[in-house]
Amino acid sequence: MDRMIEILKGLHPEVDFESCNTLIENKILDSFDIVSLISEISDEYDVVIPAVEIIPENFNSAKALYELVERLLEDE
Amino acid sequence: MLFTSYHFILFLVLVFVIYYLIPKKFQWMFLLFVSYVFYSFAGIKYFVYILATTLSTYIISGKLNKLQVIQSNFLKENKETISKEDRKAYKATIKLKRWKWLLLCLILNFGLLGVLKYTDFMISNLNSIFRMVNTKEQISFFRFALPMGISFYIFQTMGYIIDVYREKYPPEKNIFKLALFISFFPQLIQGPISRFDDLKETMFEEHAYSHRNVSFGIQRILWGFFKKLVIADRLLIAVNILKGNLEDYQGIYVVLLIFFYAIELYADFTGGIDITIGIAQVLGIRVKENFERPFFSKSITEYWRRWHITLGTWFKEYLFYPISICKPMLNLSKACRARFGDQIGKRFPVYIATIVVWFTTGFWHGASWNFIVWGLLNCLVIIISQECSPLYAKFHARFHVGHTFYYRLFQILRTFWLMSFLRTFDLYRNVGTTFRMFGTIVTKLNINVLFQGGLMKLGLTLSDYLILLFSGVVLLTVSLVQRSGSVRVKLAAKPMVVIYATYFALFLSVLLLGAYGIGYDASQFIYNQF
Repeated sequence: MDRMIEILKGLHPEVDFESCNTLIENKILDSFDIVSLISEISDEYDVVIPAVEIIPENFNSAKALYELVERLLEDE
Repeated sequence: MLFTSYHFILFLVLVFVIYYLIPKKFQWMFLLFVSYVFYSFAGIKYFVYILATTLSTYIISGKLNKLQVIQSNFLKENKETISKEDRKAYKATIKLKRWKWLLLCLILNFGLLGVLKYTDFMISNLNSIFRMVNTKEQISFFRFALPMGISFYIFQTMGYIIDVYREKYPPEKNIFKLALFISFFPQLIQGPISRFDDLKETMFEEHAYSHRNVSFGIQRILWGFFKKLVIADRLLIAVNILKGNLEDYQGIYVVLLIFFYAIELYADFTGGIDITIGIAQVLGIRVKENFERPFFSKSITEYWRRWHITLGTWFKEYLFYPISICKPMLNLSKACRARFGDQIGKRFPVYIATIVVWFTTGFWHGASWNFIVWGLLNCLVIIISQECSPLYAKFHARFHVGHTFYYRLFQILRTFWLMSFLRTFDLYRNVGTTFRMFGTIVTKLNINVLFQGGLMKLGLTLSDYLILLFSGVVLLTVSLVQRSGSVRVKLAAKPMVVIYATYFALFLSVLLLGAYGIGYDASQFIYNQF
C-alpha cells in the first residue's frame, strides 16, 4: 500500500492520497495519469490492468487501486 | 423521415398513444416494430445491413458466452486437481478463442462500414496518385448509398460486443431485444451512442403512463425543435451563402461564417439530441446525455468531455485505453524511458493513442481529408496544451488570476473560438480552400463591409437577426440556469399558470419563429450524414 501511495505521489505530490477517495470524480487523475499509473503498476507489481477495469470505482483512491491489484494478482 | 417533418410528428403521436394503450408486456416489441417501420422510410434495401449487424452480433455474443461458460465449468470441475500453470494455460486458450470470435465480429461490421463509407474516398485518393504519376488509369467510383445511421448503430453495437467479450455483462439472449437496442428509432440516426447496460433497464421494462415523464419529454422535444427550427435552420441560410461564394465572402465574412456555423452546429446537434432524449423520456426510457454545455468549457480537453460525450466515451474506452495500456505499448514506453528519459517514456503511449483516436474521430465524421485534418488539428492542440501545462502552472503561481471571473471568461472565449475555427474544416470543399479562406482573415479583414449592408446580403432579414438575437439570449439564459440543476425540474415547481405559459410560449415560438416557408428548406440534421 505504501508503494502505491508513493507511485501516486509521483504523479501529484500535492494530493493527500491516504485520505482522498474522489480521485476520478474530482478529476484529479486524468487519462494521461491513468495510463502512467497503469504503466508503473505493471512494472512494480508485474500485473496487467485490463481496459475493462478502468472504472471510477477502481481508481478513486489509493486503497481501491491497491485492492484492484491484489484481486488481479489473485485471479492470475 | 425527418424529425422535423409533419409525417414524423404524426408518427410520434401515434406511437405515444398506442404505446400506452397496449398491454405493457408488449411495449418493447411495439417499439421494435415501429423502429423498423421508421427505418423502412429510409429505404427497405437498407434493412439487410442492420439485420446483418444484429444477426452477426447476436450469434457471436452467444459464442463468447458459451466459451465463458465452458471455461467456468471446467475450472469448477477441476478446481482441486488443476495446477496454477495449467489453469493459466487453459484460460489463455479460451481467451484466444474468444478473441478470434470478437475479431470476426469487428471485422464484419467495421468492414461493412468501411466499404460503404470509405471505398470512394480511397478510390479518389488512388486516382489522385495516378494523376500525379501521369497514368491515365482511373478507377470508377462505386457510389454506395450509405444506410441511415450506420456509423451510429455499428459503433453502439460494437461497444456491446466488446463489453460482452470483457464480461462486463452477459449477452442478451432474446434476439428481438438486441434488435431493439440496435434500432431504437429516436437514437438511430444521430445517437447518442448508448451502452446496453445503460439502456436495458428502462428499455425492456413495463411502463405505466407517467404524467411527469410525458410532460418533461414533450418539453424537451419542443426545446429541441426550437433549437433546430428557430436557430439552426435560420443560420443555415447564411452559412450556405457564406460558404458557397468564396470570392465574395472573405475576410470578416469568414469570421462570421465560423461564428454562425458554430452556433448552427450546436443548435442542430443538441436540438436533435433533445428531441431524441425527449421522445425516449415520453416512452419512459432513459437515454444518456450527450452534451453538458460545451461552450462553457475552459479548455479543449474539457470541451471534448462535454461535446458528443457518448462518442468521446466510446473512443476512450474502446480505443484510447486498449491502445495505450496494451502490453506492447507498455514495453515500448519502458524502452523509451530507458533511452530518452522518464518524461518522454511516459508521454509516448498517451500521445500515440491520442493521435490514433483523433485520426479515427476525424475519419468517423466523414470520408474526406477535411475531417482527418480537423481531427489531427484537435489532437495537435491537445498535445500542445498538455506540453504547455508546466508553463501554465508557472504563470498561475506568479499571477493569481486563475479564479477571477475575467480570466475564466477569457478561457471560455478562447476555447469557443479555437474549437469554432477548427470546425470550419466541415464547411469548405477541401483543406487547401479552408486554409486559403483562413488566410483572408489576415489579408482582407475589412470589418466595415458588415456595416455597409453586408449583413443583409446573407439571406437573412432584420427580423431574422432579431429572432436570432432573442433565441441566443434564451439559449444562453437556459444554459446558465442549467448549471444549478434541471430547468424542467425548476419549472415544475412553479405555479401551473407559469408552466403552461412556458409550454405555450415555446410551442408558439417554434410555430411562428421557425424557419419555414418560401426561401427556407426543411433541412436534414447535420449529424445524420455522419
